[in-house]
Amino acid sequence: MRWVGCQVCDGVVEEPEVPDGGSAVCGRCGALLFRRRRRTVEITFALMVAAAILFAVANAYPFLAFEMQGQVTHTTLGSGVQALWEQGSRAVAGLVLFTTILSPASEILLLLYVLAPLHFGAPAPGAVVAMRWVSRLKPWSMMEVFLIGILVAVVKLADMAEIVPGVALWAFAVLIPILAGAAAFLDTELVWRRLGEPA
Amino acid sequence: MSALASAAGPGFPYAQCHTCRLVVAIPPVAAHDAHAALGCPRCGSDVHRRKPDSLSRTWAFLIAAILCYLPANLYPIMSVTSLGRTQADTILSGVVFLFSHGMWPLAFVVFVASVVVPVLKIVALVGLLASVQRRSRWDPRRRSLVYRVVEAIGRWSMVDVYVVTILAALVHMGKVAAVEAEAGAFFFGAVVVLTLFAAESFDPRLIWDVIEERDEQR
Ligand SMILES: [Zn+2]
Ligand SMILES: [Zn+2]
Repeated sequence: MRWVGCQVCDGVVEEPEVPDGGSAVCGRCGALLFRRRRRTVEITFALMVAAAILFAVANAYPFLAFEMQGQVTHTTLGSGVQALWEQGSRAVAGLVLFTTILSPASEILLLLYVLAPLHFGAPAPGAVVAMRWVSRLKPWSMMEVFLIGILVAVVKLADMAEIVPGVALWAFAVLIPILAGAAAFLDTELVWRRLGEPA
Repeated sequence: MSALASAAGPGFPYAQCHTCRLVVAIPPVAAHDAHAALGCPRCGSDVHRRKPDSLSRTWAFLIAAILCYLPANLYPIMSVTSLGRTQADTILSGVVFLFSHGMWPLAFVVFVASVVVPVLKIVALVGLLASVQRRSRWDPRRRSLVYRVVEAIGRWSMVDVYVVTILAALVHMGKVAAVEAEAGAFFFGAVVVLTLFAAESFDPRLIWDVIEERDEQR
């Protein structure tokens, strides 16, 4: 018999039988207990491969170009951080670096490291530690919020100069739904079971 | 409900792992100490029945956030130079700008993310802390929902910090056009991070402890 606990109210119940794709909700407080995704390893792994490629493109190419009086500036994810750093806003630069580059990159790489070996057989060495970091970093990767930030910035600059979207912007626009899909398809309970209870 | 009541009773002392959510049976010796640390057999994290020092940690982060809140809104978050004229932008003037340009949907999103969410988070967490300390029995289900909402929306306040970052990266042409981050951006970022930590430190299960005690007494 398996027990499943609610992290909000600490209620514990016998794990209900949930069909693939369904979810269970805490009967006492209404919080989500878990989503059952039986093919979580395969699907999340495939999405993470796509996410890794898109993330690399999003970082390597400029996402916006700004043209004013014949002068053109491009911006990449990193150049925003660099600009803040050079202006002396180092704490803010660090926060942006952490939430839009370091956390998402680590999350993607760590999930690939955990899921790829599971997909092909046995867990990788250190997979438990890697998975622990995935759940620790999750609240700190904020790519979807950054996308809204880009939209606002474009509107603000629209009267001032001409704004040209770059390759990275399209990569971003595809990356965000992929990351959202990966989050929805990650059944952490099943992954932990395969890590913690070797077959 | 009956399954819950029996599981939560004294016959089955347990703790949940915060990291992997495993329900861990705990030895009777540790059962009386809500903060005793045990190792999770599945992921190796420390397991506590309740987050250690939840109330005092949450208060500390919240008070720090409240202290940063005023400078975050009073100081400009960025200065915008255009054709020799420099203008300072605060959080609120940024929202007003979007409204006055007719960008209603975006203005609404930014207004909610930068003005409503931080205030709502601080007020809601103060309310939750006070309710736990006063041992309130008022609708625990609704208070849990408030906590879940606070936890989910906090990240969206980062929008303004990102806008400053992008503008600073794009616009740096000296006197012709330049955007620089100002002190307000630091304080606003601090409010966002501190309220995220506060929400993380608060243990929503404390809301239910009072209710459980009453159930056991019956
Ligand atoms: Zn619950
Ligand atoms: Zn664990």
